[in-house]
Amino acid sequence: MIEIKDIHKSFGSNKVLQGISGKFEAGVTNLIIGGSGSGKTTLLKCMIGLHHPEQGSVEYDGREFTSMNFEEKIEIRKEIGMLFQGSALFDSMTVEENIMFPLNMFTEQDHKEKLDRVNFCLERVNLEGKNKLFPAELSGGMKKRVGIARAIAMNPKYLFVDEPNSGLDPKTSIVIDELIKELTEEYNTTTIVVTHDMNSVMGIGDYILFLHEGKKFWEGSNKEIAHTEIQELNDFVFASRFMKAAKGKF
Amino acid sequence: MNFTNFGRYLLLLKAVFRKPEKFKIYLKAIFKQMDFVGVGSLGLIAIISTFIGAVMTLQIAFQLVSDFIPKTIIGSVNRDSSILELSPTITAIVLAGKIGSAISSEIGTMRVSEQIDALEIMGINSPGYLILPKIIAGITMVPLLVIMSMFLSITGGYIGGTLSGAVTPAEYIQGITTDFNPYTIVVALVKAFVFGFIITSVPAYEGFYVKGGALEVAQASTRAVVVSCITILACDYIVTQLLL
Repeated sequence: MIEIKDIHKSFGSNKVLQGISGKFEAGVTNLIIGGSGSGKTTLLKCMIGLHHPEQGSVEYDGREFTSMNFEEKIEIRKEIGMLFQGSALFDSMTVEENIMFPLNMFTEQDHKEKLDRVNFCLERVNLEGKNKLFPAELSGGMKKRVGIARAIAMNPKYLFVDEPNSGLDPKTSIVIDELIKELTEEYNTTTIVVTHDMNSVMGIGDYILFLHEGKKFWEGSNKEIAHTEIQELNDFVFASRFMKAAKGKF
Repeated sequence: MNFTNFGRYLLLLKAVFRKPEKFKIYLKAIFKQMDFVGVGSLGLIAIISTFIGAVMTLQIAFQLVSDFIPKTIIGSVNRDSSILELSPTITAIVLAGKIGSAISSEIGTMRVSEQIDALEIMGINSPGYLILPKIIAGITMVPLLVIMSMFLSITGGYIGGTLSGAVTPAEYIQGITTDFNPYTIVVALVKAFVFGFIITSVPAYEGFYVKGGALEVAQASTRAVVVSCITILACDYIVTQLLL
């Protein structure tokens, strides 16, 4: 479980996050949603330590993260897997080397054990046999899946996913969403997905935290999101023609 | 602003020299970088050094037209100039262009494509993993390249001088073997060590803090070469002043 309390973050005079709090449980898919510039990626980066919040705390199963020193943070980070918006695969390494990289760094397993783990992860994301390809040879959806395989290689307790569907077609987006949900339930990970994709919200949003202009406006589940009176949230949820047409059927 | 950059540079270096997560992985990366910095630059440095030595001999011969000056001086002036100044400095400036821009753009691209963030999230000390092998490769391979450059520059002087008839082989060899002070080699190697550090660490710093996209990576790469060259020349003066 991850708990954030009263997170504040500014860049110069621009207050990006203003007192965000929330609790993200294990085994369910937690979503942080909001429009562009609402502060969702900044919140994610504050949670994983890429940004340092000016105020507030982030707790990983009761362990306060923001005040930890470098070495202590490393111990928490070994329990974190992350899928980046652009996948962030290492260009100079093959798919196999990318997934094996954290295993090489932090485990004492022999090569066969590591290779077995790589093959298991690739199988889990339906990319068997793609070991020797380089990231440049993969499609956007395949890159995302390799990113997921790398993220789960170390059996993370916490899984962060930044905009998993950006640049993907709707069908591939659903595959990625379902994969994230399956992995979350299977390994009981605390999964936090940052997205503005309403298909993901309606499909996998067990717990949703809605941000608007750096503030938390709403929290709830995908079953409740279409039935609120909050104007900002409704503007976001029913922005697309498809969602407008489907309004009332949820 | 420059003090801010210098402070950030020192903080980055502090992070670079943290204890590596796994020595075996770092060792592999160091050998890879040694191959890139050293073996990959052999041809370029060899060609440049040979021609500079040849041109130096011709120019010294052109300027020392006097019956009172023995022609053996041509060899000794070329030797000392090559060892003390030309080989270390020219090698460093050429490498700053070749290696420096490559390091800056490699790390800069990793920054803008979130690969450095990915390393951080995995719990890896990204400055150490990305920059330390490059610095170690720089401070070991640049001195070796400079030694080769010295040898080829003096050899180039011999070839250029004898082919043009500016000096006879015997005069040139007598010149390069007379009054040789081995301390000049020590000075040159100290310079090479310092330059090797600058060539790798300054571009790494420029690349590591890139913000933006492809344009900013290119700008950082240009800035890395310019700052490296100026720093090399400034340090050249300081080391010469201190050691000679």
